[in-house]
Amino acid sequence: MGKIKVLVLRAPGANCDVETAFAFEQAGAESSLLHVNRLVSREKRLSDYQIMVIPGGFTYGDDLGAGKILANELMLKLGEDILAFIEKGGLILGICNGFQVLVKTGILPEPSQLKSQLRVTLTANDSGKFECRWVHLRANQKSPCVFTRDIEGMYLPVAHGEGKFIASYFPEANVALYYADEKGDTSAGYPHNPNGSVGNIAGICDASGRVFALMPHPERHIRGSQHPQWPRQGAQKYGDGFQIFLNAVKWARQL
Amino acid sequence: MHKIEVSLRSDLPDPRGLGLVKDIHDLEITNVSNVRVEDIYWLDADLTTGELESICCNLFADPVTQEYHYGVKPAREKPNADFHTVEVAYNPGVTDPVEGSAMKAIKDLGVGGVRAVKTSKRYLIEGPLTRRQLDSISSKLLLNPIIQHVVEREHVAFPENPQYTFKLGYVELLGLDNTVFQQVRQRFGFSVEELQTITGYFQRQARNPTDAELETLAQTWSEHCVHKTFRGKIRFDGATIDNLLKSTIMKATRELDKPWCISVFEDNSGVIDFDGRWALCFKVETHNHPSAVEPYGGASTGIGGVVRDPLGTGLGAKPILNTDVFCFGPPDLPYNKLPGGVLHPRRIFKGVRAGVADYGNRLGIPTLNGAILFDERYIANPLVYCGTLGLIPREVARRGQQHPGDLVVVVGGRTGRDGIHGVTFASEQLTDQSTMVSSSSVQIGNAIVEKKVIDVILQARDRRLFRRITDCGGGGLSSAVGEMGADTGVRVDLEKVPLKYTGLSYSEIWISESQERMVLAVPAENIEELLKLFDSEDVEAAVIGEFTNDRRLRLFYQGNQVCDLDMEFLHDGLPQVEREATWKQPQYVEPAFPPLTDLTGDLLRVLGSWNVCSKEWVIRQYDHEVQGGNVLKPLVGRDNDGPSDAAIIRPVLDSNMGVIVSNGINPKYGDIDPYWMAASAIDEALRQIIAVGGNLKKVALLDNFCWGNTGRPEMLGALVRAAQACHDMSLAYQTPFISGKDSLNNEFEYEGKLISIPHTLLISAMGVMDNVSRAVSMDFKKAGDLIYITGITKNELGGSEYFRSCGFTGNNVPEVDPQQAKALMDSLSSATGKGLVNACHDCSEGGIGVAVAEMAFAGGLGAKIELESVPLGEPIARDDSILFSESNSRFLVEVAPDKWQQFEKVMSGSTFAVIGKVTNTDVLEVYGVDGRKVVSVPVNQLKEAWQKPLRW
Repeated sequence: MGKIKVLVLRAPGANCDVETAFAFEQAGAESSLLHVNRLVSREKRLSDYQIMVIPGGFTYGDDLGAGKILANELMLKLGEDILAFIEKGGLILGICNGFQVLVKTGILPEPSQLKSQLRVTLTANDSGKFECRWVHLRANQKSPCVFTRDIEGMYLPVAHGEGKFIASYFPEANVALYYADEKGDTSAGYPHNPNGSVGNIAGICDASGRVFALMPHPERHIRGSQHPQWPRQGAQKYGDGFQIFLNAVKWARQL
Repeated sequence: MHKIEVSLRSDLPDPRGLGLVKDIHDLEITNVSNVRVEDIYWLDADLTTGELESICCNLFADPVTQEYHYGVKPAREKPNADFHTVEVAYNPGVTDPVEGSAMKAIKDLGVGGVRAVKTSKRYLIEGPLTRRQLDSISSKLLLNPIIQHVVEREHVAFPENPQYTFKLGYVELLGLDNTVFQQVRQRFGFSVEELQTITGYFQRQARNPTDAELETLAQTWSEHCVHKTFRGKIRFDGATIDNLLKSTIMKATRELDKPWCISVFEDNSGVIDFDGRWALCFKVETHNHPSAVEPYGGASTGIGGVVRDPLGTGLGAKPILNTDVFCFGPPDLPYNKLPGGVLHPRRIFKGVRAGVADYGNRLGIPTLNGAILFDERYIANPLVYCGTLGLIPREVARRGQQHPGDLVVVVGGRTGRDGIHGVTFASEQLTDQSTMVSSSSVQIGNAIVEKKVIDVILQARDRRLFRRITDCGGGGLSSAVGEMGADTGVRVDLEKVPLKYTGLSYSEIWISESQERMVLAVPAENIEELLKLFDSEDVEAAVIGEFTNDRRLRLFYQGNQVCDLDMEFLHDGLPQVEREATWKQPQYVEPAFPPLTDLTGDLLRVLGSWNVCSKEWVIRQYDHEVQGGNVLKPLVGRDNDGPSDAAIIRPVLDSNMGVIVSNGINPKYGDIDPYWMAASAIDEALRQIIAVGGNLKKVALLDNFCWGNTGRPEMLGALVRAAQACHDMSLAYQTPFISGKDSLNNEFEYEGKLISIPHTLLISAMGVMDNVSRAVSMDFKKAGDLIYITGITKNELGGSEYFRSCGFTGNNVPEVDPQQAKALMDSLSSATGKGLVNACHDCSEGGIGVAVAEMAFAGGLGAKIELESVPLGEPIARDDSILFSESNSRFLVEVAPDKWQQFEKVMSGSTFAVIGKVTNTDVLEVYGVDGRKVVSVPVNQLKEAWQKPLRW
């Protein structure tokens, strides 16, 4: 069997594409950086890949709200392709701006109910600031998320200005990750919950567990020397975020 | 015309508004209880209700958090008189950064017929305010009249763009009328000698120059573009220096002749080898004057501009790291001490920080290094240094060369009236009228346009579709194309340059400094592929001319020739300036106050000074993790909040090699002697490289001089002293300079008095590290470890932070013995390379006292040190002098008890001593020369003093 093919979606202002592609390659997949225009023009097809990632960045400058314009473009020009991709078992990962995009398309929290009552969004941090800091995360063990299997907790950096998760009601099953303190308390406040997210929600997935998005950046902690404490504690070989990429590739391989 | 208003649901808190409430309180207006911000969109279109609904639901308003409104609205009911609204819009002609993306999104929705989009913001301010207070809030926080205005009437206007009708303009220069001569001189900013030379040239051509020709000469010959002071002839206290740059800084580089220097002082940035396969390039620029009048726009375009330097180096480097150094007035300056026409330092600081962060974060370049300094002399003339490191394949690291017949292609942003005369503005002195008259010199950036340009240029580079590249910076196309064509010749059809709006004259097109543009030399056979590639990523590219072999610069507008200059005259015709320089060491009061018996208060005061205090508030708002190459972060230690000496990144993700970036700057020393200021800045930048585990084997330096008016001999003399130190230190440390920049005339006239900035030299350094796993952070690691000091402490408190905090300058400026310092640094590098060092921190502002305090609170551990063990260069009786002296070339080093023998063996030959121990008591204790305890304080109290000032 050949390598799992990962499409890392480029768009104007996406800026974590290279390191995200690198993370998937380290996990044994073959990554392609592909500009959204090439999918829209049908020069390339989403169906040729097993995993699609919408990486971090500031697509279209985050003008009109983070992720809004790319979300609009994806749904209007590639909506059917994306839904068919999910239907056929494909995996979708949204990181930071990718989370914002997926929420604003309506694909998350539930691609099958695009216009449902489950209305969620990501909005300006309570601090009113863009902040780059490391956060402790706990994975929801009851979540069907295939990306966070066998993960209990992680230490990852966030870097965003609009990461506050808001939902009027949100089923626990769709929560994949919570912000926590170092002891694992998922009700800890700022700065452990860096943006004021409701319920300390840091990442969510759909009912299938194959569409997953998170505000923190797992691709920025795939090896030990990216951990801010490594000069104090010594460097592990792998960083906490690497398991996400391994899990995704492993799952895709089983299909 | 449609107006759509979008507001946050009233039950949700508004973080933007809450931030403003805080800022308003900082203005000492305390009775504002709440602010909310609404976004307003103006569409130049005639849309159906269905179309409007679709735009609002899908684009402008978030269905969960926001509400929207359009059409006729019932008059807003004012709940009471304590409710104020201010609506702010961009001035006509200022690019609205949201317009382009909003148009694209509306088009994606399938809605046609939208001709233009503009945005404005409405601030709803609650609280009893007088008219004056409201005006103060508007003018100090909500808008900058240079780019924005308060919307008084009901509509934001969409003015018709004026049409331009071609008419060739000649300047009557050959009439030999002195009045005209002086008028022309002032209009274009030439010196008398320069305009005489130009007159001579046109006399030989037997014709008057066109306006475009004089504009081209004015841009090309500006201080900003050619550094005529540095290249001039200087009589310095009897001796003659012919070209200061070549006889000092460049001379050292030539003498060192390092084989790993690939391209120095010739391309848009300096280039060195990284690992044989890749090369690194580095450039630091200033954007001072634009940041003084419009901090946000000035700083963001400063970043945008310097990023294009590596991109315009060789055949294009990928920007991988940003560094930013700012100098501001004190943030707590009382408003009644603020000169008229000058923005408050706090506003400049916040605006600059936001501009750098917004632009750099959007480009996806980690901002990993920097410094922020404060001095009253920067109030009217802040300094904003922006630097970018680039990564480029070695085989394309050298500057390219076009062939005659290659096409001139301008790519990226469109050309507007932005930034016209920016370089002449940058080269002039600011006055209190500057904020009124220089509005056209201010540019607004659009980071996403630049990001798209970077992405597609790197692809075009890898396909080798162009032969040469340069950036459009100061002087716009006139500098970029003029320099590129210097050794071949070039012709340009100016009407082919894509414009933002109509109405620009040919001269305006030629000298506009609109952002996000690059110029390529493209072989004709590649043009189709290149244009297709750029089009596929929605980046505009236009062929505007071709390179020739006639060594002339010829410009046309609609077929009419508007400029015809000899390249040789344009580039080599500038008469060398001749200047007088002198220097005499000033004498300051030598402080004679008695030392306190307890120095705890002094230490807390120095830690809490603006210069020393934590800059975490700024650093956290930069994305310092993007690109994933981070090895040592700007904030380190147990709680990720200690001040790292330097950042280390791994530029090639699958390699173990790293690059360290650091900087050294201390203008206070320059008040005493610019020679030792420059030497200290170099020593400091190198110390930081050593402190994090680097070595001096492959370290390159950049110089950035910001000075007052060098027309005055004593000012120029100070510059000469500093340049001479650069030469001497560069040779001694074996660290070549590879690029540099200067910004002169940083002066401000206020009530008839001239205020010069301090002589300010920023030294930026990059060092290649063979194995990033040897990185060392500055935080104490383990109780029981030994604390060593390496290097010699002298009575050198002149210009120190301690003296400043006591109100003195002093005279004993820290000097450098570079031979001794280099030997020490080399030994310390071997120690870190062998893994013998648990933590290392250099002694800089605040000396041993600040260094040991920072190591302790960053590690969450206590420490106990004895000043009597500190090796001294001369007898010093005072504890405060030892604790706070800023002698150069010193480090505090933490060594585990089982490694001290090995460590001392490696360090033998240099001066070092054990001065104490890391403890688990959570207290810092310092014992004086007579064995008495002079400092005893919990480390969290030290940390609090250090963090409090900038916890904004």
